[in-house]
Amino acid sequence: MELEAAKMIGAGLAAIALAGAGVGIGLIFGNYLSGAMRNPSAAQKQFPNLLLGFALAEATGLFGLVVALIILFAF
Amino acid sequence: MDLNPMHQFEVYKIGPEINLNGINISFTNASLFMTISSILILALLFLGTKKKLLIPSKAQLITEMTYTFVAKMINDTAGSSAKDFFPFIFTLFMFVLFCNMVGMIPYSFTVTSHIIVTFVLASIVFIGVTIIGFVKHGIKYLELFVPKGVPFVLLPLIIIIEVISYLSRPVSLSVRLFANMMAGHTMMKVFGGFVISLGLLGGWLPLGFSVALTGLEILVAFLQAYVFAILTCIYLNDALNLHH
Repeated sequence: MELEAAKMIGAGLAAIALAGAGVGIGLIFGNYLSGAMRNPSAAQKQFPNLLLGFALAEATGLFGLVVALIILFAF
Repeated sequence: MDLNPMHQFEVYKIGPEINLNGINISFTNASLFMTISSILILALLFLGTKKKLLIPSKAQLITEMTYTFVAKMINDTAGSSAKDFFPFIFTLFMFVLFCNMVGMIPYSFTVTSHIIVTFVLASIVFIGVTIIGFVKHGIKYLELFVPKGVPFVLLPLIIIIEVISYLSRPVSLSVRLFANMMAGHTMMKVFGGFVISLGLLGGWLPLGFSVALTGLEILVAFLQAYVFAILTCIYLNDALNLHH
């Protein structure tokens, strides 16, 4: 196989990591909503935790994107 | 027109090339935008604290808001013993926030989208926290790697995992900020390219999407500065209050 083509396939495969980030972000916001619906008075207090969890989950997916970019541009 | 989405991250030198013992320390666009961010922070804080009014002006209001925001964050996550580190964490938060926000201005340069910048910041945090931990607890700081209530058989494995997770802190801290900023700006540029290539007829849809993305990116710019600062507080909490 051509090296260039293999690079493209590898970068595409590395981007699959973003699926996990999607599931994670969905879980965080979904669970926050269901928790907030049950106890709305406690929801405001947990908002910083929600943002922290969102950022942490999003970052894990972006690691995959970094791998893709390294494959495409650094080699 | 240059449609390469990676073109915006190019570092080029402004003015003459300066060499110091073979190390290139020329003034680049990255240094320019770091200087701009620092000057903006200084200007805001100077304006906000110049006249101390009972009914605050806008600049004073923003200054007081950022102060209470960071002070509350440190107090909530790292406890009152971390009050001494307020200046450092405030500086870190404001610098990352302003670099991210200045990068959101069209045709400007995002300093934090380069891993060397974020890695240096994260290394300062990592080395500083390790030194603080050893100074405060001595050799007992190594107890950080031994969680309580773990069966004796599992202990060697757990210690190895804990050491690896501790050593990967600067990497995850820096890559998180750098990847978020770079991915966001690349995505905005790609959608901007769609507007150009689809032209007057079909370009309105990606244009609307670009506007929404800009809003999201401003949220992410703030969020990543917040996460950077709060993770610094969490690491500091580990070093200051060992096992609480």
